[in-house]
Parts: sequence; C-alpha cells; structure tokens
Amino acid sequence: MEKPSKAYKTLTVGVVVAAVASIAVLALLVNIFERKQESKNPFFRVVELDDTVEDPAVWGKNFPLQYDGYKRTVDMQRTRFGGSQAMPRTPTEADPRSLVAQSRLDEDPRLKTMWSGYAFSKDFREERGHAFMLDDQTYTERQKVGQPGTCMQCHASTYLPYKKLGGGDLTKGFEAMNSMPYQEARKLVNHPVACIDCHDPKTMELRVTRPGFLEGLRNLKAGEGVENYDPNKTATRQEMRSFVCGQCHVEYYFKGKEKRLVYPWHKGLKVENILAYYDEVGFKDWTHKISSAPVLKAQHPEFELWSQGIHARSGVACADCHMPYTRVGAQKISDHHVRSPMLNINRACQTCHHMPEAELKARVENIQERTFKLRNRAMDALVDLIADIEKAQKAGKPETLLARARGHQRSAQFKLDFIEAENSTGFHAPQEAARILAESVDEARLGQVTLRDPSYTPTRTQLEK
Amino acid sequence: MKLRPRHLFFAFTAYCGVFLGFCLYTFVYARGTSYLTDDPRACVNCHVMKEQYDGWVKAPHRNVAACNDCHTPHHLIAKYAIKAKNGFWHSYYFTTQTFKEPIEITKTDRKIALDNCRRCHAPIVAAIDGTHNNTKRLDCLRCHQGVGH
Repeated sequence: MEKPSKAYKTLTVGVVVAAVASIAVLALLVNIFERKQESKNPFFRVVELDDTVEDPAVWGKNFPLQYDGYKRTVDMQRTRFGGSQAMPRTPTEADPRSLVAQSRLDEDPRLKTMWSGYAFSKDFREERGHAFMLDDQTYTERQKVGQPGTCMQCHASTYLPYKKLGGGDLTKGFEAMNSMPYQEARKLVNHPVACIDCHDPKTMELRVTRPGFLEGLRNLKAGEGVENYDPNKTATRQEMRSFVCGQCHVEYYFKGKEKRLVYPWHKGLKVENILAYYDEVGFKDWTHKISSAPVLKAQHPEFELWSQGIHARSGVACADCHMPYTRVGAQKISDHHVRSPMLNINRACQTCHHMPEAELKARVENIQERTFKLRNRAMDALVDLIADIEKAQKAGKPETLLARARGHQRSAQFKLDFIEAENSTGFHAPQEAARILAESVDEARLGQVTLRDPSYTPTRTQLEK
Repeated sequence: MKLRPRHLFFAFTAYCGVFLGFCLYTFVYARGTSYLTDDPRACVNCHVMKEQYDGWVKAPHRNVAACNDCHTPHHLIAKYAIKAKNGFWHSYYFTTQTFKEPIEITKTDRKIALDNCRRCHAPIVAAIDGTHNNTKRLDCLRCHQGVGH
C-alpha cells in the first residue's frame, strides 16, 4: 500500500507541473495570436457608416478605442493656468447642470470692467471638454441677451443639420441657421461635435465641414494670392490635423443683420491684421458701458496664435500635442481624448523633446507664468484707462479727445483679450503673446497720457517696415 | 489498475512530446528563428519599433548598417548575450503591456550604440578625440541623434 501512494503523489505533482507549464505556453501563444490579430485589423466593420449617420455611438461600434477616448472629454481636471474644475451647483428647471466649471469672473473681477455692458460680464466660466460644448452654450447666463443660431456652428454637430436645412447644401444651411434665434436652432441639433464633423465616413480621412472656416481660409489664401482655396482638395494630411481644430478655435464675428459667421482673416492671421480688418469694416461687438468706446471681444484665437509660434513653424499640428499617438495593444491610434498636453506630457511632448517630464512641465509653466504677469500688467493698464475715460467724460472733456482715448481703449482691449481669451496662456506663441501684451500696455497708457496732455504725440520708430 | 513505474514513464514521455510540440509551435508561430538573424524586419515583428524601422529605412545608414550593427556588440558572444537579455525583456514588457511610451534606450544599450559609432568611424573619431584632449568621451549621439532613424 505504501508504494502506490508514493507513486500517486509523484504523479499528482507531475500532472500539476505539466499543467502549469502547458498553461503558460498556451497563454503565451494566445497572447502572440491576439497581438498579431490586432496588427492585422485596424478595425472591424460591424456597422455600415455613411454620410447620414450622426450619432457618434454608432461610429463607436466600428472604432471603440477612438470612441472611448472621445467620451472621456467629460473629464474635468485643472492645469496650472487652465483646465477646468468641477464646481457643484443645484440644478434648476432652467439649468439642469449639476456641475459647472469655475467662474473666471470671480477669479479676476477686472474682467467685468473690461466687458462692462457685454454679456460676458454676466457669466464667463473656464471652458470644459468637448463633451460639454452644447450644454454649456445652451445654459450659460449669456443666453439671456438672446443669442443667434450662428453659435451652433461650433457648439454642436452641425454637418447633418446644415445639410438638411440647406437641402443638401452646407453653406445654404449655415446661412439659414445663422439668422435663426438660438433656441430655435437648438432644436435642430442633437450632439456636441461628433465623428462626422471631422471624418469622411467612408475613408475616415480628415475633412473640414464648417462653412465659416472654409470661407475664412478662402479669404486668407486669397489675400496671399491663392484663389478659391479648398483645404478638402489641396491640404496635406498634416495641415488637416490642424485645420479640423481651426474650424472652431478661432477669432470670429457675426456680420450684419443676418448674423453671418465671419473669420476676420482677410488681411492675415496676426492680431494687427485682424484689428485692421475690423477697423476697415467699422465693426464693434458692443459699446462699452463705462467709457462708451466701440470695443471688440476677442474669442479664442488658438489657431491664429499657434500659427505665429515655433511649433507651427516646425510643422507640428494641433493633433500632435492635443491628440498624440497612443498605443492600445499592438494598435496605434491618435488619442481622441482631446485635452491639455500638460495632462499627458509623456506622449504629447516627449516624442520630440527627449528630456524628463518635470523639465518640460517647468518650461511650459515658465512661459505661462511670464505671460500671465504681463497679462496682469496689461489688465491693470486697461482698467486704469477706462477709469480715466470715465472721469474725463464726467469732467466734460471734448468729444474729439474722448474719441482718441476710446480708440486706444479699443486697441488695448482687443490685444489684451486676444491673449487672455486664447487658451494657452501664451504657450502657442510665447514671443508673439509677449509682443501683443506689450503693445496693449502701450496703447492703454498712451490713452491715459492723451487725456492728460492732448498735445502729446507719441514717438513712433521708423525702423520697422 | 496497479500503477507501475513504467506507466509513469510512458505518461511522462508522452506529455514531454506534447509539451515540446506546444513550445515548438509557439516558437515557429512567433517567428522565433528570425530573432537569431540580423534581419531588421525581425525587430518590427511586434510593431513597437515600427517608427524606428520606418525612420531607418529613410535614414543615411540604411545601406551600411542594420539594427544589429549599431545595437548589439561586435563580439560574437557578447552579441548573443545582449540579444538574449534584450529579447527577454522586450518580450516580457510587450506581453504584459507594461512599457512606457515613447520607448527610451537604456544606458547600457546607448553605450553599445556609441561604441559602434566609434568602431566604424574610427579614423574621424580618433582625429576628433585628438584635438579635444579630453578624458571624457564625446557623445556622438548628442548631436547626431537622427542618423540611425
């Protein structure tokens, strides 16, 4: 009886060891098999996509990894100067949001002075991720002044609604929606920006679909001597990786009664080109409540400022840093969780900049810290000028003198706002941002000097041009 | 049935055969033999080095040096020792998917690459070292980072 028991024991141990070894080898085999499969099929077509499918969840069935990232734009995370922070609020009937981003007006009350008399002085919060674009636009307090349907171009997926409204013609639909009241247009759209807005459903190639952008780019290229420019036909893939973002992250205004969305790029993308265009067409966003100056609100000129920076110069596209390549198994996809590169330094920066994360972060924050200081000086100068104009108005100074000071305010304010509203705190083009803010300080202080000494004419260097 | 030692022996032999079969099949399926060669395509079997491979195809060294010429030591034993070591860790990290991206060269491997720069470019390196009269070796890759890929 002794012997077989020992043999059985040996047998049991042998079986266990053999099983574990087989499991390990088979597991490795299956793992290799999976990786091979992943690299063989970039995606599985489980639904047919065409130009009528708007719902990103349907696209997500074919592209689950990209969709997964896209959904994650709901994340709210702060960076040193941007990002958004979730602030709880009690939902009301008019505004069912239980979370909003922090209020920029509470952070810096000088903004209220700058935008006095304009809707932005009522409600201005830090921007949140793409997922919130439609809700945050629908429920902002700024809606109380009555906004046009134009806003939809960049706050919703409008490709299909425009097409339906225009009988198949994007531009006609765009024009029709522009002149609608916001609430009416709101009923026609269903999603925040979606797959169909940037991708061709058949080939998945990038495409631009925003009529405002197409027109703006056509005007810009016409100014450079290229007629009838169409990015969908001539732009390179790398250019498209910036153009799709440039469709919305830009400066714009609503032209005329029909509230046509226009990108003021006729003279160029630099702040002075844009200001010169506005001066030429005599546009103002509103009349400043304190100083009566005909002022402008800069929106979010990321595309314009980026185009003046070293990254654009080196051929780096928006998507390279904001949607860097990321690996999932054996597949490589661009990260559709669009966000600040500061939250993803490893993939966003280190692909090109071979140095530690801490060093890269410090470099960026150094630039932003300097821009922020200069921005604060410019803001102080502007608030001072507005106070001076207010005093001069009360003292009954001549209208011609006031007009000169208001001109300085318009220019100082637009330049300051161009950097303030831009979402990189100067990083997209550090030296350009510093130049613009320095000019803003100069304009504001010149306005003050003018009020004190009307005979003063500033020295202007002849070295430029 | 009474269990005899020869039963055990048969069972053991049979299993060894099955197990060997598993191993062989896995080895062949994973293109195991390609790793014993100098073929650069072996380095992109697992796709992680795709960018480096694509870069090398277009870079100036493509006609004179393949992956192993720069990334493994010249000496035969040292070469296979490094291949075994790197092969093991590459497989380990790729299988468990626990590597950091973008991938970075290790200190030892960087030194190997630098030694290989000097091995092929000996005359010019000697001339540079001579004029620099420096005990610390100059790091070729600090300036010529893009020559390989």
